Amino acid sequence: MGRYVLRRLLQAIPVLLGTTFLIFAIVYALPGDPLQALAGEKRVDPVFAAAMREQFHLNEPLIVRYGYYLRDIVSGDFGTTFRGLPVSTIFEGKFQVTLKLALTAVIFEGIIGIGLGLWAALRRGRWEDKAVLAVTLLMVSIPTLVSGFVLQLMLGVKLKLATGIDFFPVAGVQDGVRSYLLPGFVLAMVSIAYLTRLTRTSLMETLRADYVRTAIAKGMPRRRVLGRHALRNSLIPMVTYLGADLGTLMGGAVITETIFNLPGIGQQLFLSVYLRENPVVVGIVTVLVLIYIVANLVVDLLYAVLDPRIRYE
Amino acid sequence: MVTNPSIDTHPLSAEVGQEPLLAVDNLHVEFTTRQGVVRAVNGVSYTVHAGESLAVLGESGSGKSVTAQAIMGILDMPPARIPKGEIRFRGTDMLKLSDQARSQIRGQRIAMVFQDALSALNPVFTVGWQIGEMFRVHRGMSKRDAQKKAIELMERVRIPAARQRVNDYPHQFSGGMRQRIMIAMSIALDPEVLIADEPTTALDVTVQAQIMELLAELQRESNMGLILITHDLGVVADVADKIAVMYAGRIVEGAPVHDVYKNPAHPYSKGLLDSIPRVDQKGQELYAIKGLPPNLLDMPSGCAFHPRCPYRRDNCVTDVPPLYEISGTRGSACHYYREVLDGTLG
Repeated sequence: MGRYVLRRLLQAIPVLLGTTFLIFAIVYALPGDPLQALAGEKRVDPVFAAAMREQFHLNEPLIVRYGYYLRDIVSGDFGTTFRGLPVSTIFEGKFQVTLKLALTAVIFEGIIGIGLGLWAALRRGRWEDKAVLAVTLLMVSIPTLVSGFVLQLMLGVKLKLATGIDFFPVAGVQDGVRSYLLPGFVLAMVSIAYLTRLTRTSLMETLRADYVRTAIAKGMPRRRVLGRHALRNSLIPMVTYLGADLGTLMGGAVITETIFNLPGIGQQLFLSVYLRENPVVVGIVTVLVLIYIVANLVVDLLYAVLDPRIRYE
Repeated sequence: MVTNPSIDTHPLSAEVGQEPLLAVDNLHVEFTTRQGVVRAVNGVSYTVHAGESLAVLGESGSGKSVTAQAIMGILDMPPARIPKGEIRFRGTDMLKLSDQARSQIRGQRIAMVFQDALSALNPVFTVGWQIGEMFRVHRGMSKRDAQKKAIELMERVRIPAARQRVNDYPHQFSGGMRQRIMIAMSIALDPEVLIADEPTTALDVTVQAQIMELLAELQRESNMGLILITHDLGVVADVADKIAVMYAGRIVEGAPVHDVYKNPAHPYSKGLLDSIPRVDQKGQELYAIKGLPPNLLDMPSGCAFHPRCPYRRDNCVTDVPPLYEISGTRGSACHYYREVLDGTLG
């Protein structure tokens, strides 16, 4: 087990190198001059520009610049922006916001997705099951951009106007946990639908398994057959999806954070791409990739807990 | 000519004349499918006494497993339905019992061994947990006591180093050992009837014999009634006291095991016996019953076996043969059973 974790972490190194290099190359391949973007319409002083180019190694070939970047990263330095602001200062507090948002989303996803999925599986073929299928299809079909604004208007603005109570704050994080409810749900919506369907299919499959029939033949009460014998086996795909989704949600927070004006990493990423703050973009993506890798590792380790047939040698 | 719907009395049974432990009486089971109603079991009757072994023989789709599942009460209803018939356990019709009362019998007084132990055992729980579950749930035992009982049972079915292996998972055992665990689980609460649904089909031939021996031995020790479902005639001879041969949801021949082996009274049983490969036929083509098992959605008229029967006569196509009584212990659902017995037909 320990060796397996070590091997997986070692395997993460080439993945991290590959992804960061890719994003590094893409960001610097974007057309336009990042220094010009700083100045807007005004002409950039050539002396200043030359100094900046020297400082940021912009005259060196891409691979060399990437080398410099890696060297700094290893020593914990994410670099500085063209404005002279350390990237790590820009990160301050922002990852927490996004992490809280993503966790809120995962909690919604777990409770609603698994709950609805189990319910549908047990009501298989009846109207409740069909209703769940229809609703989840609708949820998958609506882009976050639309559902975000609609729910913000309906549950945030209109409900507040109608009742006078601010159930769901529409922007910012000044209301603590409550601030994350609506954005968390919006972010989770598509995933909820997927997880619902995954849970439904998975449980239905398990309910047909021979060992479930055995449990019934052993005279086990229905609740035990479902809750112990069937559910334990259906959990594997659900946990996989939930774990991998945490990473996806953090990346997907870009739109949600922009709609609900949450000062998180997604909003910063959007802003930084816009402002050509390349070190910030690469830094954020690097951290996201790291989170993704760790989340996947945790999921893989959970497999062994859930399914004894999987062993790490 | 009298029909004898239940193959009841049996010369080897110690309890001849007594109420049988289990009596299936004119059982009908049908499944509603998109293509129509599938009549899987059409009036099956058989009995099992304490200490007696009944082998139920037939091809896939003959209704032998469905009958067993109806006895266990593990059919999915719907799509399954039992429109007619009784399943009496110690005189009480289980089909009329409440779910609550039924679940007191299931697993505790009537238990079942399934075909493929690898898929029939839960992959994510240890074998000790799965055997012990019977004691924890049904007897309210503590985890420790249940574990102890599990080890005892594993020793009883002769699993080597049971104490060390009790916390292993099903996939860590060989096929034969897995089936032993399945058997240990089924006999955990000393059931009165044990149904074994093709318990050796998934195993090597050498292991098959060991498992059959084990079943026979356990039955002798505890005087259980044993229903052995199989399509393998070779397996039956040593263990079974009587045989019920099923075809298309009906019993076509029911008799003490040696009668059938010596001289079958139905063309289908005869076909089954003839299709066992024998050493003295080396080099010859193997015998096979011609044609395919009947489509249960569209059953042949008259005798369901007539399209494949080498002795077919005109009335076989039109008249459904009842189960003719040949002797007190023997019945055949063939209009020409006498000729089949005498060998004068064909």
